[in-house]
Parts: sequence; structure tokens; C-alpha cells
Amino acid sequence: MRNLLSIQDHDADELRGILKLAESFEVVQQREVPKVPALRGNTVVLAFFEDSTRTRTSFDLAARRLSADVINFSAGSSSLKKGESLRDTIETINAMGVNAIVIRHASSGVPQQITKWTDASVINAGDGWHQHPTQALLDSYTIQKRLGTLEGKRIVLCGDIKHSRVARSNVQAFTKLGAKVTLVAPKTLLPSALQRWPVEVTSKLDEVIEEADVLYLLRIQHERMGQSLLPSVREYRTAFGLTRERAKKLNYNALIMHPGPMNRGVEIDPDVVDDPRVAVLDQVAAGVSVRMAVLFHTLGPGQFDKPDDVDLGTERPTSRIRVASGVGR
Amino acid sequence: MTTLLFAGGELLDQRGRNKRDLVVHHESGSIQQTGVPGSLEADRTLRIDGCVLSPGFLDLHAHLRDPGDEGVETVLSASRAAALGGFTAVIAMPDTDPPIDNAGLVTAARVGAEVALCQIAQAGCVSNAGEGVELAPMAEMVERGVTMFSDSGRGIQDAGFLRRALEYLSDLRTKEGNHVVLAQRCERMDLSVGGHMHEGDWSSELGIEGIPAQSEELMVAQSLATAALSGAAIHLQHLSTAGSFELVRRAKADGAAVTADVSPHHLLFTDEACRSFDTSFKVSPPLRTAKDVVAARAALLDGTIDAVATGHAPFASDLKERPFDQAPFGVIGLETAFAALLTHLDLPVEQLVAAMSWQPAAIAGLSNQGQRLEAGSPANLVVFDPNKTWTVDAKSMASRSSNTPFSGNAFTGKIRHTVSNGELVVENFEVTR
Repeated sequence: MRNLLSIQDHDADELRGILKLAESFEVVQQREVPKVPALRGNTVVLAFFEDSTRTRTSFDLAARRLSADVINFSAGSSSLKKGESLRDTIETINAMGVNAIVIRHASSGVPQQITKWTDASVINAGDGWHQHPTQALLDSYTIQKRLGTLEGKRIVLCGDIKHSRVARSNVQAFTKLGAKVTLVAPKTLLPSALQRWPVEVTSKLDEVIEEADVLYLLRIQHERMGQSLLPSVREYRTAFGLTRERAKKLNYNALIMHPGPMNRGVEIDPDVVDDPRVAVLDQVAAGVSVRMAVLFHTLGPGQFDKPDDVDLGTERPTSRIRVASGVGR
Repeated sequence: MTTLLFAGGELLDQRGRNKRDLVVHHESGSIQQTGVPGSLEADRTLRIDGCVLSPGFLDLHAHLRDPGDEGVETVLSASRAAALGGFTAVIAMPDTDPPIDNAGLVTAARVGAEVALCQIAQAGCVSNAGEGVELAPMAEMVERGVTMFSDSGRGIQDAGFLRRALEYLSDLRTKEGNHVVLAQRCERMDLSVGGHMHEGDWSSELGIEGIPAQSEELMVAQSLATAALSGAAIHLQHLSTAGSFELVRRAKADGAAVTADVSPHHLLFTDEACRSFDTSFKVSPPLRTAKDVVAARAALLDGTIDAVATGHAPFASDLKERPFDQAPFGVIGLETAFAALLTHLDLPVEQLVAAMSWQPAAIAGLSNQGQRLEAGSPANLVVFDPNKTWTVDAKSMASRSSNTPFSGNAFTGKIRHTVSNGELVVENFEVTR
């Protein structure tokens, strides 16, 4: 795999291979020194043209734990503010000889567009409403870990599907991995044409919540109210929020997932957030392992089909430098 | 050189195809005579065996960016592109900077057009600055030779304003006594706002806001009804949906004074082209579905659509290299229109030439274009070689811009010579100046 642009470009076997590789990296992360030299000498640029704390931090950590050098590049502090074009920015980064560009952009399609302007691997960290493939992989990993498999599971995605890159990539990953997906949203928040999507669609959360193995809540953007897509937050919560009452209807061993950050009291009631079925922190933890797997798979030897045989190497604990506390005292 | 003989080719005009020779008289800018092969003599002879000579093409819709954005196109560069594409006349849309909305600017544009390799017929704004609020001084512009008016950027959204504009225009005549025509862009902005591609399967998958077919069809219906109310003729620009074609088909059957055009890209591409996020496929109206493309071809074949118009819209590469939802709409098309359609459309060549020559000339009210190939007719002519193969190289276009959707495409058929007002402006596939 050279690039990771969209889940749609990859078949189920390849997705499973990445998840298997992620398991190996989860083991690595449990070591005293959670680091391997697998990508030593590689340089990974995190090019975030849109603000993101969790995804950027997760990629940053993943790259460092693979011993890659990491360069952070953000739109706010860059020459983009001086009017430099996307192409010039990417070609400049490329000229510095980097191995991978992890890119987040508010516009759909930008990761694919920049492949024309760089020799580096391009990893999509979220583009517009289009795709967020590593989110789909870490969500799949979380479900597989907690429920054993995605095969045959009923996953209910609830919320703003239309404006959600998470929804698009997750529907593709979940269905490729054998799950059955139901979308729940008011029609104003659904894409206009869903005939080709392998999903069921309803606007009644109450009708499907009981059969859900996973209830995946999507974030509601407050700007949707101003666009006449929703009348009010209150009305959204009433029809689509995971209220305390609804949480009771959800299977006792089902998962409650959310890509974060959560709007407490909108998508999910504040006291439901602490429910043991909520897997949000598992998702975050899986993020690092999965992104290590993706980076390794794109930059490394790519032997994901036999992950047990991959020599990830080990970092000797003695290389750890302890810094005395109380410097300057 | 005063006379130029085209020998060994076929002549094609409104009356059909014939193996005849033709002599152009340079100074008078007219056809001196036609005759059976081998019967004519002239100062200079060009053999055109295997080629077809027809009246030159007329493009009803081009954005020349001059004045205002000469870095991406000028009258001269656009006219070179036009001549290489077989066009002997181009209607320049008035949405320049400043917009052409008064007689003084029309005169200035005419002076600027003297360098062109083909006729540049300046269209005027319907409203001041094309804003759709106040009527522009159209009668004065007609006196300076304007025959077509269009608020081509957005189209006239307000039906009441459109009615008044059509009524005001309906009495105006050119010096030659021809009608003038209002050309309407068909898109209800309140239904398309924020959209960047056709609303459907692909916009849903790609996560790009859509432009529904109905935003065009509502405006077609609104414009047809308003034209009927005003009693004036109307020309509908760049139709793209099956529903639009059907509305025009029915209106024509009812005797409405309506004409319509379609662009080459709407006859050849679908919205699936956008899956690559290549902004060379971001156009307005957007590329539609396969069903719409089939309907567009049928509409051209059965005469519902009268003309092919390129919508030539040059943009700087840095604008077209923006993200899909930030890039401007539009592609260049003058150099490729005829070859692309000759290569890919299953349409008799006579019909394609009609839709690019005398039919648009009649809509535009330009009596010196698209005339029969006979002695005394204006020498606005094109000679094309239907078997010449070539590949589009976006980097070596005559246009100053390279935003073509046909980059790398191989075509069969190319413009070999173009004669504009008696002057040989394209000779053996190259511009002469």
C-alpha cells in the first residue's frame, strides 16, 4: 500500500491485515519502552490544514513509537496564511525529502489531489465530508476487540451522516468487514442519494436501538441549526440523542461509540457518558496502534499478511534517558 | 495573394455535401466562386483532398477575460484558440471586468477585437453590471452592433425582471433589421447554492455538496413561462439535464420561440469524472448522469438543442489547483469542441456542423456567418480533415489557460485551415499569425 486515501480503495483482506498488524503494535505499546525502530530514518510530516488535537496527537505518537522523525506543520502558522497555494506548500514539503505526508483538510478530495505533487506516501487524516480512513480502522479495531468480530454485527450510525467523513469511511469499512449497518438521521442530514450504499436507513432511533450491537453517535455541528437543517439542539436530542431512557433499551453488552469530541447533552446525555458500554477511550487507545500499523504498512516492508513474522525490533530500556527532576533548583 | 483556391475537397453546407472546389477572394472577404473539381484557377491553390470545407463555426458562449483578467486569456489568444478550433466567430460574454453593460464599453471592446483572428461579437449585459436589478442601456448597445444579451454569470433569477427585459428587447432591431436575443443561464441559485457538482450518487459518496438537476429545470420552466408571457424569443444556455431537454422539446412542439445550446463536455462526460477530484471536471452547470448525457445527445439529434456552445472559461492554474470545493467552475473548449464531438458522438457530420455553424449563427443574428458556400457569401470558412489523429496537450494550447477536461485525449479529426473574412488564419493546422 502506497497511500491511504479512502477505505473504498482497499479490500476486506487488506483491512484485516492492517487490524492484525495493529494488534502487534498494541503489544509493543505495552512494553516498558513502547517504541520500535521499524521506521527509523523515515520522516513523516503531519500537515494539518484544519485544526485537530486528537488525530494529530495520535499520529504524532504513532510515528514516534515507530522511531520516525516527525515534522508538525499546521495551517495557522504556515505560509498558507501568506497566500501560498496548496500545491506550492506540498511541493515544498516534498522537496525536503519526506517519506509520508499525513494530511487533514477541510475540503473533500485534497489528499487525492496532492498525490500529483509529491512522491511521498499520502495518508488521509480526514478530508472534508469525504473520508477519515484511520478513524474507520480504529473503530473497526475497537469493535473487533470488544465484540470479537464485526461479522454479522448490527451497527447503528446515528446523527449527521451527510456532513460526516467518519460516516462515509465507517460505512465502507464496517460493511466490508461483514457488519450490517443502519443509518439513523433526519432527512436533512442524510446524503441525497443512498441507493448505492449497502445500508438500511431510518429516522426513528427508537425502532432500531434494541437490535444494535454498536450504537455509533456522530457529532452534531451547531452551525447546522443556522442552515435550516435542524430546528434546535433540543429537538435533535429528543429524537436522536442517547438519553438515559434510550440507553436502557440498548443491549447490556452493546457498545456506545463516538468519534469525539462529544457534545454532552446533545448526542449523549451527560450521565450516559460514564456507562461501561461507552467505548470512547478504547477508540482513542486503538487509534495509536492502528496508526502505527498504517504508517508501517505504507512505509515499511508491508508484510502485513504475516504480522507475527514481522521483525519490529526492540528498543533497549537502557537507551531511555532519565532526566532529573527539579532542574534549576 | 488575392485569390485562394481550395481544391480536391468536399463542400458541406445547409444544402448537403458536394465534391466541388471553391475560390476565396481575399480583399473583398468573400467567396468568389465554386465549381466542379479542376475547373477553377486562382493565385494560390491549397489541395484539400479527403477534407471537408464548410461555413466556419460560431461559438455562442465564450468568456474571453479581456478586459480584466488578461493573464489567463486575451482577445488575441482566445481568437487563436477559436481559429484552431474552426470558429470564425465567437460571442464574447459580457461578464468581464468591468462588465460590458453600456455602449462605450461595447465600442472599446470592438476596437480591442480588431487584432483577433476571427470575428469577436461582443454580447452585452441585460442589467447594469449583470446584477439583475436595473436594465442596462440595451438599445444603445444594439446600435453599436450587439445582437445578444446575457447576464451570463448567474442568469436572471427574478422572473419579473426577466419579463421586463424580454419585453424591452422584443422591439429592438439591428441595423440589418435582425432580432436581438436574450440568452439566459438556467440555474435557480436558491436551490444550487453551496453546490460544487451534480447532486446524486457521486456527490453523496465523495462528500461534496450537490447541485440538483431541479435547480436547472425550475429555471428552464420559469424562463419558458416568462418568455411566453412577454411574447419574446429566448435562448437558453448550457442545458444539461434530461428534464431540461424535455421541457424545451415540449415548448418547441407548442410553438414557443425558444432556442437552446449544450456544451461539448455535457455531451461527453458524467459526474463520475469528479471521483478523481480533478477540477478540470468542475463546470457549471455540473456534469450530470449517464442518463442525462444520453438525453443531451438525443436532444441534439432531434433538434431540441439547436447549437453546441463551448462555454470557454479560462482560469489560472493556481485557481484550478485549489481544493475541489474552492476551485472555480469552468473549462476551456474552443480548440477541442469540434474534434471531441466528431470523435465521440454518433452524429452525422452534417448535423454536427449545423449545430456549430449556421444554427448558432441564426440564433446570434450574425448574417455574415454560417452562410451557404456560394459566390458572394462572406468567406468565413473552415476546412477539416476528418481522419487526422492528434492528442490534446494541455500545455501547448493556444489559449493562455490549460484547464481542459480533454488533456491526453486522442481525437480523430482536426481543423486544417480556417478562413476568417477572407484571410487564411489557420493553414495546415497552425495559426498564421
